[in-house]
Amino acid sequence: MSQFAINLLFVGASFALYIGIAIWARAGSTSEFYAAGRGVHPVTNGMATAADWMSAASFISMAGLIAFTGYDNSSFLMGWTGGYVLLALLLAPYLRKFGKFTVSEFIGDRFYSPTARIVAVVCLIVASTTYVIGQMTGVGVAFGRFLEVSNTAGLLIGACVVFAYAVFGGMKGVTYTQVAQYCVLITAYTIPAVFISLQLTGTPIPALGLFGDHVASGEPLLAKLDAVVTELGFKEYTAHHADTLNMVLFTLSLMIGTAGLPHVIMRFFTVPKVSDARWSAGWTLVFIALLYLTAPAVGAMARLNISELMWPNGGISGEAVTTEQIANDPEYDWMATWQKTGLLDWEDKNGDGKIQFYNDKNEDLQAMAAEKGWEGNELTKFNRDILVLANPEIANLPSWVIGLVAAGGLAAALSTAAGLLLAISSAVSHDLIKGAINPSISEKNELLSARIAMGVAIAVATWLGLNPPGFAAQTVALAFGLAAASIFPALMMGIFSTKINNTGAVAGMLAGLTVTLVYIFLHKGWLFIPGTNSFTDADPLLGTIKSTSFGAIGAAVNFAVAYLVAGMTKETPAEIKALVESVRVPRGAGAAQDH
Amino acid sequence: MSDNSSNDAYWKANVRIILISLVIWALVSFGFGILLRPMLAGISVGGSDLGFWFAQQGSILVFLALIFNYAWQMNKLDIAHGVDEE
Repeated sequence: MSQFAINLLFVGASFALYIGIAIWARAGSTSEFYAAGRGVHPVTNGMATAADWMSAASFISMAGLIAFTGYDNSSFLMGWTGGYVLLALLLAPYLRKFGKFTVSEFIGDRFYSPTARIVAVVCLIVASTTYVIGQMTGVGVAFGRFLEVSNTAGLLIGACVVFAYAVFGGMKGVTYTQVAQYCVLITAYTIPAVFISLQLTGTPIPALGLFGDHVASGEPLLAKLDAVVTELGFKEYTAHHADTLNMVLFTLSLMIGTAGLPHVIMRFFTVPKVSDARWSAGWTLVFIALLYLTAPAVGAMARLNISELMWPNGGISGEAVTTEQIANDPEYDWMATWQKTGLLDWEDKNGDGKIQFYNDKNEDLQAMAAEKGWEGNELTKFNRDILVLANPEIANLPSWVIGLVAAGGLAAALSTAAGLLLAISSAVSHDLIKGAINPSISEKNELLSARIAMGVAIAVATWLGLNPPGFAAQTVALAFGLAAASIFPALMMGIFSTKINNTGAVAGMLAGLTVTLVYIFLHKGWLFIPGTNSFTDADPLLGTIKSTSFGAIGAAVNFAVAYLVAGMTKETPAEIKALVESVRVPRGAGAAQDH
Repeated sequence: MSDNSSNDAYWKANVRIILISLVIWALVSFGFGILLRPMLAGISVGGSDLGFWFAQQGSILVFLALIFNYAWQMNKLDIAHGVDEE
């Protein structure tokens, strides 16, 4: 059976499973559509939330970004897990006690203002749509590879699949489907990592292998990796090269953003009790950590494998891989298949029949290159987003593992895209149309408008995803910055301070969102349209602060503006203070009420 | 519903646990993982140093411990203050 057929089989079988579950658990009423009737056990909910949360960015993109940068990209690991501490301690139990269906409902009620609710909806839509763009980038890479078509064709096919899939069912269908998706994605991520860890370190647990010894050389794996990459003229893998301020702000933005993303917060509305909401956040992180502890090992080991494949004869002092080897040796088949997607490329610039891979910007290497007649790095393109999907092929693993990884990558992208689309559609239909424009809308029309909102969101995300502002994880990081600057401060102040009033909250959210969005657009182009940016992240407007790290500053602006404005305007009414007091204690958290 | 003074004490105890947890949260990630890494450079862990381990794995494990500890402590506190869900 060809690799193409095997991929199709794995992806097809996993899809059949999800669709089967979606039909079996199809949403009947609006409350089921949004929150699965609150009958979900914390462990089940944790698993589903983990699938919801771990998107194409975590699965497809993150290890690649770590592989090519090393320690400096640890921000992704700490940021995307540390946010759960904030979520569990500062938000989840109180929002569950509050007992409504959406994040904007809480903001609208706590700040006794329909305007606050609408502003929250706008923040939510902006952050979620940016997030979906990142997912579409990942979906494009995955479909492009396994259908063996171009990245753009893959993206368009993926968009149709995501749409069909998300429209199928609401939260209940999604909850149980996401449990299945979690199982597929964690197996798909772990199995190749275990194989590779055994090959390189002899340890079946990749997280331990990362800090273990490299079998072939007897040195510690990380020491070996540092030696190999510096020999090729790249920066030492484990050392700190990044700007420290930017790294701290970036990590903080990802953390705050995690706790401000509506599709994740929504999951904590679906557990039966307040105490379950606390446990549920912990279980979610357990299931996320299984992938996140493996990811740095995947990155480091892949980097070592790629370096050794390009220099198979004793490193840079030996001979580079020949074009003939790439064309004929089965070990290099992955290069030809990925070349088709347009995301990997090489060029024999000096015509010596070999492909020299090195850092041609490094001066020491330039001297060596001149001596040996090299004319620059010949592995001309290596998109970071392909690393995880190509990894089993790079390590020469059996073809069923490759098929499994294709299915896992799609599971990650689909589950998150579906969760986000659900959050967007409920914001539009429940908060905007039912909550503000037409309160008397029938249940049937509310569901219909939810589905139309999904369609519009995915069309916009696909169109913007054709020219993504970065690799999947970087685009997603922008979405986190937006959520960090807008939603999280409003929620936190709503629970921990009785002083913040309606005008304060609205002013804070608007200030945080605007300043962050403008900063991102100044660096990434207005609406991410290439060429419309005035600055680049290599040379940012404010010192060393990149657009991906600005969320933390946006959040600080939000807090400051809210306090300032609240201090100058009318005090919070007594009944709202009582509402805040009641949210703070678990007792009396009944089932959620709809209006 | 229990009376307000008990609720105040409950809330104060809650905020205290949150603050302690957040100090540890910041210490392992921003501290050991990034800012204090040079100070930990002498402690080697499998081919790199302790700061690298905290940045790539250690902080995640501490985050897990923090969340479960919080859930456990709060559930005890709920009962002690009579505000648990029946």
